[in-house]
Amino acid sequence: MSKTFKLDGREIPFETGQTIMDAALAAGVYIPHLCHNPELAPHGSCRVCLVDIGERQVSACTAAASEGMEVDSSSETIQATRRAILQMLFVEGNHVCPACEKSGACQLQAVAYYTGMLAPHFTHFFPRRPVDASHPDVVIDFNRCILCELCVRASRDHDGKRVFAISGRGLESHLVIDSPSGLLGDSCFAAADKAAHVCPTGAILPKGRGYETPIGERLYDREPISIVGDVRAHEEEVV
Amino acid sequence: MNESLAVTVEGFVAESLATHGRDPRHLLQHLIRVQQRFSCVPDAAVEALSAALDVTRTQVRAAIAFYAFLHDRPRGAFEIRFSDNITDRMLGSRRLIRLLIERLGLTGLPAWGCDLVRVDGRVSVGLASCTGMCDQGPALLVNGQAVTNLDAQRMDRIADLVQEGIPLERWPGEFFRVENNIRRRGLLLGNPATDGAALRRLVDEGADAALAEVERSGLRGRGGAGFTTALKWRFCREAPGTDRYVVCNADEGEPGTFKDRVLLTDYADLVIEGMTVCAGVLGARRGFLYLRGEYLYLLPHLESVLQRRRAEGLLGTRILGADGLDFDIEIHLGAGAYICGEESALIESLEGKRGVTRKRPPFPVTSGFDDQPTVVNNVETFLAAARVVQWGGYWLRGEGTDQSAGSKILSVSGDCARPGIYEYPFGTPVHQVLSDCGAENTQAVQISGAAGATLSPADFDRIIAFEDLPTAGSFMIFDHRRDLLDMVRNFAAFFAHESCGFCTPCRVGGALLRNLVEKVAAGQGSEYDLSEMRHIGAVMRQASYCGLGHTAPNHVLNTLDKFPQIYRRRLAREAHTPSFDLDAALSEARALTGRDDVGAHVRDGSEVSS
Repeated sequence: MSKTFKLDGREIPFETGQTIMDAALAAGVYIPHLCHNPELAPHGSCRVCLVDIGERQVSACTAAASEGMEVDSSSETIQATRRAILQMLFVEGNHVCPACEKSGACQLQAVAYYTGMLAPHFTHFFPRRPVDASHPDVVIDFNRCILCELCVRASRDHDGKRVFAISGRGLESHLVIDSPSGLLGDSCFAAADKAAHVCPTGAILPKGRGYETPIGERLYDREPISIVGDVRAHEEEVV
Repeated sequence: MNESLAVTVEGFVAESLATHGRDPRHLLQHLIRVQQRFSCVPDAAVEALSAALDVTRTQVRAAIAFYAFLHDRPRGAFEIRFSDNITDRMLGSRRLIRLLIERLGLTGLPAWGCDLVRVDGRVSVGLASCTGMCDQGPALLVNGQAVTNLDAQRMDRIADLVQEGIPLERWPGEFFRVENNIRRRGLLLGNPATDGAALRRLVDEGADAALAEVERSGLRGRGGAGFTTALKWRFCREAPGTDRYVVCNADEGEPGTFKDRVLLTDYADLVIEGMTVCAGVLGARRGFLYLRGEYLYLLPHLESVLQRRRAEGLLGTRILGADGLDFDIEIHLGAGAYICGEESALIESLEGKRGVTRKRPPFPVTSGFDDQPTVVNNVETFLAAARVVQWGGYWLRGEGTDQSAGSKILSVSGDCARPGIYEYPFGTPVHQVLSDCGAENTQAVQISGAAGATLSPADFDRIIAFEDLPTAGSFMIFDHRRDLLDMVRNFAAFFAHESCGFCTPCRVGGALLRNLVEKVAAGQGSEYDLSEMRHIGAVMRQASYCGLGHTAPNHVLNTLDKFPQIYRRRLAREAHTPSFDLDAALSEARALTGRDDVGAHVRDGSEVSS
């Protein structure tokens, strides 16, 4: 007999070694997340998948599931904390949803809607971040980077290339590219790399395909993220 | 960069690689040496190290950007960094920084991470979070060496020495004198002597007996969290792995803490003996002492203690002639990152990477350095463990409380007549420490550093113990003359600067909190901002990835509760105040249109809303 734990009152089966997130995804239950991608090692940095287990809060993507545990992923308290975390991500970068090519197919935006964040809240930092359009096939807009490190992990662990890294610390943390000039075009990055297809925001975008699907008809324009899941699973149809 | 410099740099790197090896885990140590030699890490060194160690140049650059003491652009030939902890400021450091800047012909003021560099490249002036000299501040570091007891005369003299280009070796010796200031000795400080007695007992009676004594003693980690030492050692001993490691956490980065500095100065033998006993219990063959960069001056002393112990047969192969008891210690230097005091970040840093906290579990006891079982303990813990094995577990139990056996060494600084090191049995009330060190009219005590708790006089009967007031050792005193908001501003800036940036709540929340504290301090705050501070603080506490983020808002939340007047008396309005001045924001438009009449100005915000 398989083991189970309770997620918002619902019994979720799991195998030893699975995280709360693994088991929930397998059971078709949505826990919002940004830095997590089941194909890559869990990271736990965005903190959006925070859940309550008793008195403690843990990230569902890194916490192991255990027999009989009671997990709360939908209380107003948890949702409010997630909302605050999203509001922090939005003021840290420069996110221009109405004009963004990724609008409607952006996981950051969709998770924000899911948690009930309808407007920014904190004072914007308005950082000055460049756009790197040096690569023939892909453009990187650092303004939209949320430091989830999915591209770092995909390039290193899947593509075997180590194109990306995080540099600096604190609010100065930023994505950097491994090439003599620091530009993507001078690196060994290719549009076919997995790293080109894991970004949950519009920071890494293919060139020459802007607004192929009109805004209003995109993935999350049609269904909420809690139903259709991560954008990476639908990449073919949205870009 | 000119070609001849590139050649010099490449030569230096090649020499460093030849002497210290090509293990990619030594990257940070190579970078520190390059920085010391060239006052920055030039591009040529990045390329050479990246090629030799098989790490990407991006990883090398990322490490340089992460550690506060490494730079990609040259600082001055004399690189001066003032300690900027609140206790240094209380001793007048700000005035002295201005004096020196003026004497050196520089303009402006340095901010954290933003040094002033003189155009001739002779000298730069910057800030360091806290250099661990709070009992003899204000202090500074010049090319990594600590200068204490600063005053106006010393500033003049330093300016002259810099102008004349006198090398550091010829600066007056008294500048670099560091006092121990031990004011009260207890169980641990009573007797610095050791003759390998703990090790002999380990060899005579075996590892099980040694571990049993540590278990019997009830010793808990002295770094603050208070995990049971014997349990940590046992978990590590029993974890599967091919190698085991012992790491001494001498990163002492908590503002206001300096007791490890004293222990490493006068009690280094005992600390190393504790590490060696631990290695014997675990079956470890290699250990590391992770020394914070601010204590660079202790490096030759510590190396000589290690060397002497090797000669005495207390370290190295066949310790005390015992078969299979082989253990040696390497010293690794940090480079100015508070987060590296967190054990998993410390291990990342030991491996030459940015000091970012690891995902847990697995914990270091099962998967630490090189993914092998690793014990990381504080300096004071290893010292206590050595004595426990030497004198038995009951010896430690003889003092303290039920849950906190033994004594605690405190670093006392701030407003008192006798700052310094005090050792007390656990269970000692705060008021006793205050009266012993000659503190009068005390308004507040910050215990356990910037990450600790702010105590008001209502708390002074509380006791220092894991069950009431746990502390890593920092004890900073503020009397009635002080404006506690200065402390809050200092700590808020500290945490924003020291967040590793890995997780959202700490990275962004810390910066938001700092900005709100500054807004209130500038007289532009309102009740709304205070409630925002509580809100952000709660999110950081609840959602951060590691202890840094969990504790970073403590000082704000504590003072909002216990000292609300330090905020309230500055509030501009009861309700909301915008974070920017709308009228000032329109000045550019006024300039462009050439208008400056009444109609081109926004009236006072309160009138607009009414």
